[in-house]
Amino acid sequence: MSSELNHLLKQAVAGRMNRRDFVGRAGALGVSAAVAGTMLTTAARADEPVKGGLLRAGMQGGESTNTLDPALAASEVPYVVSMTYGDMLVDVSPSNEIDYRVAEEISSSPDAKVWKFKIRQGVEFHNGKTLTIDDVVATLKRHTDEKSQSGALGIVKGITEIKGEGDMLTLTLADANADLPFLMADYHLVMQPGGGVDSPADGIGSGAYKVTSFEPGVRIAFEKHANYWDSSVGHADQVEIIVINDNTARTAALQSGQINMMNRVDPKIISLLNGAPGLSVQSAAGRGHYVFIMECTKAPFDNNDLRMAMKLAINRKEMVDKILGGYGSVGNDFPINSAYPFFDETIPQREYDAAAAAEFYKKSGHDGSPIILQVAEGAFPGAVEAAQLFQQSANAAGIPLEIKREPDDGYWTNVWNVAPFCASYWGGRPVQDQMYSTAYLSTADWNDTKFIDPKFDATLIAARGELDPVKRKAMYSELANNVRDNGGLILPMFNDFVEIVADSLGGWLQDPNGELMNGKALVKCWLKA
Amino acid sequence: MHPILKLVAQRLALGLLLLWAVSLLIFFGVEALPGDAAQAMLGQSATPVALANLREQMGLNDPLVGRYLHWLGGFLTGDLGKAMTNGQDIAKSIGQRLGNTMFLAFWAAIISVPLAITLGLLAARYNGRWPDRLISGVTLATISLPEFVAGYLVLYVLAVKLHLFPSMAMIFPGMGVFERLHAIILPVIVLVMVVLAHMMRMTRAAILNVMQSAYIETAELKGLGPLAVIWRHAFPNAIAPVVNVVMLNLAYLVVGVVVVEVVFVYPGMGQFLVDHVTKRDLPVVQACGMIFAAVYIVLNILADVISILANPRLRHPK
Repeated sequence: MSSELNHLLKQAVAGRMNRRDFVGRAGALGVSAAVAGTMLTTAARADEPVKGGLLRAGMQGGESTNTLDPALAASEVPYVVSMTYGDMLVDVSPSNEIDYRVAEEISSSPDAKVWKFKIRQGVEFHNGKTLTIDDVVATLKRHTDEKSQSGALGIVKGITEIKGEGDMLTLTLADANADLPFLMADYHLVMQPGGGVDSPADGIGSGAYKVTSFEPGVRIAFEKHANYWDSSVGHADQVEIIVINDNTARTAALQSGQINMMNRVDPKIISLLNGAPGLSVQSAAGRGHYVFIMECTKAPFDNNDLRMAMKLAINRKEMVDKILGGYGSVGNDFPINSAYPFFDETIPQREYDAAAAAEFYKKSGHDGSPIILQVAEGAFPGAVEAAQLFQQSANAAGIPLEIKREPDDGYWTNVWNVAPFCASYWGGRPVQDQMYSTAYLSTADWNDTKFIDPKFDATLIAARGELDPVKRKAMYSELANNVRDNGGLILPMFNDFVEIVADSLGGWLQDPNGELMNGKALVKCWLKA
Repeated sequence: MHPILKLVAQRLALGLLLLWAVSLLIFFGVEALPGDAAQAMLGQSATPVALANLREQMGLNDPLVGRYLHWLGGFLTGDLGKAMTNGQDIAKSIGQRLGNTMFLAFWAAIISVPLAITLGLLAARYNGRWPDRLISGVTLATISLPEFVAGYLVLYVLAVKLHLFPSMAMIFPGMGVFERLHAIILPVIVLVMVVLAHMMRMTRAAILNVMQSAYIETAELKGLGPLAVIWRHAFPNAIAPVVNVVMLNLAYLVVGVVVVEVVFVYPGMGQFLVDHVTKRDLPVVQACGMIFAAVYIVLNILADVISILANPRLRHPK
């Protein structure tokens, strides 16, 4: 079979091309419609899950300092570890729907203040104990405790009461929240026996795989949990995560066949790998984004005309091309894109406009002193280069932007959320409310642009409890426009998750929720026979 | 007491004093870095409440000197404590990493030291002729390549293109010795490339130096062949400088190979230390620092003792 036909077939089986397109394009290569149809059916059948084998992921983002306590998971490897051995109440599916795990049914009161989760029967922990409602209650209570360092504290602190009766979990909220089920999919909220209060880091969960060896920063090995309730996942007998922080070493491991998939591909080398045999580059548009943040309360950024001048002085398209190698999409100065429900696609795209930027700059009456942008290599991949592009386009508009390089070490402590103008990134959140509540609500700890607007806060809280989708979408559109036109956020680009998988891997899906198929790649994929 | 035993005892006592000074330096040095363990762990997601809780839990609010004394007390009684970041037992996790580092260093040394000395002898024997030029040229070329370039080169050719050896030197508990040896072939090749030239050049230079002596001429005049002259008369007198360089390179193989570890994903001490410095995990950094310093001190004592034993004038001082 010609390599082009093979490529088309792969695309069609992966669902990136429909049957009719495939038959048409195969026809252009001289293959008759009947033959093409049969080929597709055979290839699709070959894509049935295969059981058994050892599946390996090579990952960046693991350290010797990692722990198995899901509450403390903060980098990529602990995140995928939690998603592999643990189950939450629910997951979010690639198409943004609720995927029921430990909970099998959800209902809410009409005001979205009281939520009921029916707990699945017959779920078994890796230590042989059956999961009960008490484990669920204890787990959620541990994460809501102010003393815990849980990364999910911000998500669950709005819950005022956690109650379990029979197989029904009842959560009562301080304020209405229509998105609560999505919040329960947070990767910190792994169900643990007794809530993990006594031994949070023992690695006992109720997921499809159980941890057999945990060497932080080196290798985490799992084997199939024989009594897992869902037979549609967990195909390989054993899975492994191997921490390979070096880009070249990770790529070499994939090319030499030692791993089946890898995360975090350096955009600079994608074009070199696209033609390499035996592997394919996969990208998924996510919610993560790279930003430059101006603090609206500090001079000179307390002037909205100057903020607008800066927003107009950045060339977003150029950044997507040069910093992301095309694997991303342009931002529009509000932290939401089409990966979110209720996204308003009618908001006009802001473009680079040196003349308009110069005009706003003049109008702001800035005294001409240098505007300092603080940036470190670790702010986001390519941050320094992005700042240099920004400097060039801003200088062309007559804005005296200057770059001050900072060390990676201590950047998040000494510069981010402290300096008036710096580079940063956000990983995105499952729903709009959570993104805005985390970083744009006046009272939020991480309101890094110091955006303070009582009207914005009021609309955000009203939208949270609004169950009518039409009204809700209008409210989110208002919030987006407000941040876009009045906020301190410059959002040049949303970055894709770029990953490479070997041809030996089956079942790969694009998932906007997170890296490596929302951390579930080891659970959902299989080794082709 | 025998003068050599006395010397060793003196050097050991000095070594302990040095270790203590190193522990002070590391402790207060890490403290002087911006940020603390709590901030380093929470990173961008730090909130004031979470920071305060974590500091309290890690004991970061206690006075500095008190924390140092507490650590020193534990260390002297053989208790390295638990890592601040993930609560793992330090002695256990370091033990495994140290074992891996020693395993790699051992095999690299077993190959490189005899090879370097043999090549050095040969180069000295054929001084100025083509074998000397070839040996010097090749080894100087390999030492001139930065470790990561050499690493990537070996990786690309032997693992990615030829599929001869695994690109990752993954070793983990439960692997047999031969599996482990197969896994570490590539890093061993790179380490041998890096340390070979230094030892080879020193052997060659030391022997050529001795070759100027009158007794070498005598040996030649009594009819010994050139290799026999080198082996019996020149080499024993060249041991002292060679041993010193060998020990320096052995120390490097134990404490300085973090780049090679990263390129070949080898779970040794280097990456372990770097991770914990980044997170300001003081007890672990201290423990690693102590081990590294001890390795240097012990190897240096060893080098001195061997130099003395190899030199009759030092062995029987007047």
